[in-house]
Amino acid sequence: MEANFSGTGRLPAPFLTPGSSSFMDFLAQHQPEMLPRNRQLPTQGVIEAPHGTTIVAASFPGGVVLAGDRRATMGNVIAQRDIEKVFPADEYSAVGIAGTAGLAVEMVKLFQLELEHFEKVEGVSLSLEGKANRLSTMIRSNLGMAMQGLAVVPLFAGWDVDRQKGRIFSYDVTGGRSEEHGYAATGSGSLFARGALKKLFRDDLTEGQATTLVVQALYDAADDDSATGGPDLARRIYPIVIVITDEGFRRLTEAESSEIVRAVHERRLEEPDGPRAALL
Amino acid sequence: MSTPFYVSPQQAMADRAEYARKGIARGRSVVVLQYNDGVVFVAENPSRALHKVSEIYDRIAFAAVGKYNEFENLRIGGVRYADLRGYTYDRDDVTARGLANVYAQTLGTIFSSAGEKPYEVELIVAEVGAAPEDDQIYRLPHDGSIVDEHGSVAVGGNADQISSYLDQRHRDGMTLSEALKLAVESLARDTNGSERTLTAEQLEVAVLDRKRPQQRKFKRLLGRQLQRLLDEGSGSAEPSEGSEGSEEE
Repeated sequence: MEANFSGTGRLPAPFLTPGSSSFMDFLAQHQPEMLPRNRQLPTQGVIEAPHGTTIVAASFPGGVVLAGDRRATMGNVIAQRDIEKVFPADEYSAVGIAGTAGLAVEMVKLFQLELEHFEKVEGVSLSLEGKANRLSTMIRSNLGMAMQGLAVVPLFAGWDVDRQKGRIFSYDVTGGRSEEHGYAATGSGSLFARGALKKLFRDDLTEGQATTLVVQALYDAADDDSATGGPDLARRIYPIVIVITDEGFRRLTEAESSEIVRAVHERRLEEPDGPRAALL
Repeated sequence: MSTPFYVSPQQAMADRAEYARKGIARGRSVVVLQYNDGVVFVAENPSRALHKVSEIYDRIAFAAVGKYNEFENLRIGGVRYADLRGYTYDRDDVTARGLANVYAQTLGTIFSSAGEKPYEVELIVAEVGAAPEDDQIYRLPHDGSIVDEHGSVAVGGNADQISSYLDQRHRDGMTLSEALKLAVESLARDTNGSERTLTAEQLEVAVLDRKRPQQRKFKRLLGRQLQRLLDEGSGSAEPSEGSEGSEEE
């Protein structure tokens, strides 16, 4: 590893200095060049990089679900068909990221490590609010990149162990954080996804209904947004769906998500616009 | 102006070693045992907040005896080392061997640097592998040496006696409850040979469980779960208890 052992081989001082339980603070002290925010930005020119697209979330009485489509685009080209944009952050929370894929994956990796590091050093997990605030700081430190078109905009969802309920937080590029009640969407297809969620969401969904709801929303997003990928039945590429309850997080297996997707698809063959809400 | 006494290097090192050993011997012991599905750590520790056994990384855990502030510092250093290494390369590239080396270098340097007081700690770093043969246990005494251990190991006050007790009775392929029972028996023996009874409240128990589905294999055994395992261990071993008891007497 890159630690400077300065001849003696012992752990350098920053390792053994008591203080912050934050991994990012430790990096800033010991190896600041490894932090994304300390990177030199190119001064001009537009960077072409793959972008991830739509993430949706919905809560139900026993928890919360988070789902993302599988497409990454670069301009008008599909850069990747099977990208993963939804990740567990720790046992009781998950994060889904729209925006520049490379930066997003790095941010998630650092965020996961930040939570795990705190938990190991302190012996207890951060509160859900604490986790959401930490993510906020990370997005804010990416503002320079965002100004050059490399924005990262996540959706954070988790089970609040203290309040015993699922909660959803959305963000803007400046790190502004707001708690969403019921459902939320982010990314290029989010307008359409949110429309679908708005019409289909109810307070008393079961876990199974909530997973169907997010798949429906992603289907509608893919229907109207070219950058969002619909379920690819031929290649067996389905949305990634994560369910978080008081038992922790669980990612639906391919078989489970395929079953939901096929049911939704089957109905759409008859009604291409999906389920209809009552007029009054 | 006084002339400092001449102290031979051998004497100086022996004094420092003596100092560290005395500090370590004052505390209660920690034992680490392999069982069929992993490695179990058992410490006599009435505190629920000040841990002697902790998680370092996915497959690596840490146990320590001695001065709390010193080993706590080393523990946090280890977590930082492991997390940084995993972030720089990959999670698979964090190994107990690498960590044990860093600890050994650190302890060794502190032990032999005249300006610093030697650390009064003894550490164990263990990693659980895919199979029992791949498990690794390293013991790190206060002076920076590394001992590669197999099967069972004890550190802390009364460690020699506990180690020999464990060596005689530990065998490969024990179940968790059997290993736990053996560990508790060994800890319950006092220097003078008399036995105390240790209850679940006085024990700090954790495992590195290779069967655990999560990436992080470390788990603390608490409350009812621990009680159940302790009962199970003493229940299943009941028939052989008689012969074992008479052997000891």
